[in-house]
Amino acid sequence: MKIAVASGKGGTGKTTVAVNMALSVDFPVTLVDADVEEPNGIFFLPLTLEKSGDVSIREPVVNSSRCTSCGACAKACRFNAIAITPKGAMIFPELCHACGGCFMACREGAITERERVIGALSQGKAGNLTFIQGELNVGEALAPPVIREAKKRAEEASLIIIDSPPGTACPMVAAVGDADFVLLVTEPTPFGLNDLKLAVETVRTLSRPFGVVINRDGIGDEGVRDYCAREGIEIVGSVPDDRAVAEHYSRGIPAVVLSPDYKALFKEILRKAKEGISSKEDL
Amino acid sequence: MKIALTAREKNIDTEMDPRFGRAPFFVVYDTEWGSYSFIDNEQNLNAAQGAGVQAAQNVVKTGADVLITGSCGPKAFRVLQTSGIDIVVGASGSIKEVIELYNKGELKAAQGPDVEGHWV
Ligand code: SF4
Ligand code: SF4
Repeated sequence: MKIAVASGKGGTGKTTVAVNMALSVDFPVTLVDADVEEPNGIFFLPLTLEKSGDVSIREPVVNSSRCTSCGACAKACRFNAIAITPKGAMIFPELCHACGGCFMACREGAITERERVIGALSQGKAGNLTFIQGELNVGEALAPPVIREAKKRAEEASLIIIDSPPGTACPMVAAVGDADFVLLVTEPTPFGLNDLKLAVETVRTLSRPFGVVINRDGIGDEGVRDYCAREGIEIVGSVPDDRAVAEHYSRGIPAVVLSPDYKALFKEILRKAKEGISSKEDL
Repeated sequence: MKIALTAREKNIDTEMDPRFGRAPFFVVYDTEWGSYSFIDNEQNLNAAQGAGVQAAQNVVKTGADVLITGSCGPKAFRVLQTSGIDIVVGASGSIKEVIELYNKGELKAAQGPDVEGHWV
């Protein structure tokens, strides 16, 4: 069972929900920090991380002495990463998605591929919890390969929780695309609602079953609840705005450690997510 | 010599487009014949990424010697520079006026890109 925790924007409490859910159960669980541009789940976990591997991509390199500027590679590139100049093809690594298309298209053998490390995976264990972190190297732009590799490491566990990158772009899609259930975390404010709507659109496009978790419930208005009611979206949980929790959070202490009530609250969110999956399977 | 400019409309009396990657048209002025031609850049308007690179590619294809626009990012700049095209940034006014200014020698080629690139 794979549950992804996502949000339309950063800073809504996505990591809070993911970490607390992972810590609320007593059976084997794997938490994957797939927010690879800014992984911070480890900050709240009582374990040490050890590096378990590199993530690399195969990037194309042009040998300009063989290049005839024929343009076949640029035509094959769906990512606008190649321009043809009179001096040969020019590839922009920051736009390249390492798909290999140009390499296949070049008949002159002018494109070769070279491995480049773009990120790292690390891992740690504490009791029933396995934690996997993917991290994109500074200056790199291509998050999805790191996210995919981090997720691959989690294959066996019975419950996998994925802390997804914020937003609705490629990295978020790479993280939630194959989840059995997506929890969209939002704050009950007009800004939160705006970002939530974008995230809902994306998970609907991906046809993933999903539910909403309201974080810091009580700070805003009824907008998120009204929207969910109108759209027939289930609110699977709400985390109250609690001063004590916020203070401990800032020191890296998760809510479930503070009180058994929170443990029950996050366990209930998990249970609802599980129900959401099985009701989908019944259809 | 051929001069390329970014255009909003297919009309040389209208304001040029200050954007490079996402300008809907390029106008190419041939100084030898005094003729204008318009080139579509429209497929780029909705490009998720790399609009600047492909716009630069479109300019290279026109055979222009100079590009005049409002601002130009680093990737497009490299493509144009490698292709031996001079780049003038910071221009504004109607297409006709800007070409006149250029012909009087009042617009100078830029040495580097004037805006940061966008990351996806
Ligand atoms: S590997 Fe793919 S994305 Fe990268 S330049 Fe080649 S065709 Fe474009
Ligand atoms: S396909 Fe090969 S030869 Fe043709 S432009 Fe690209 S790199 Fe050069």
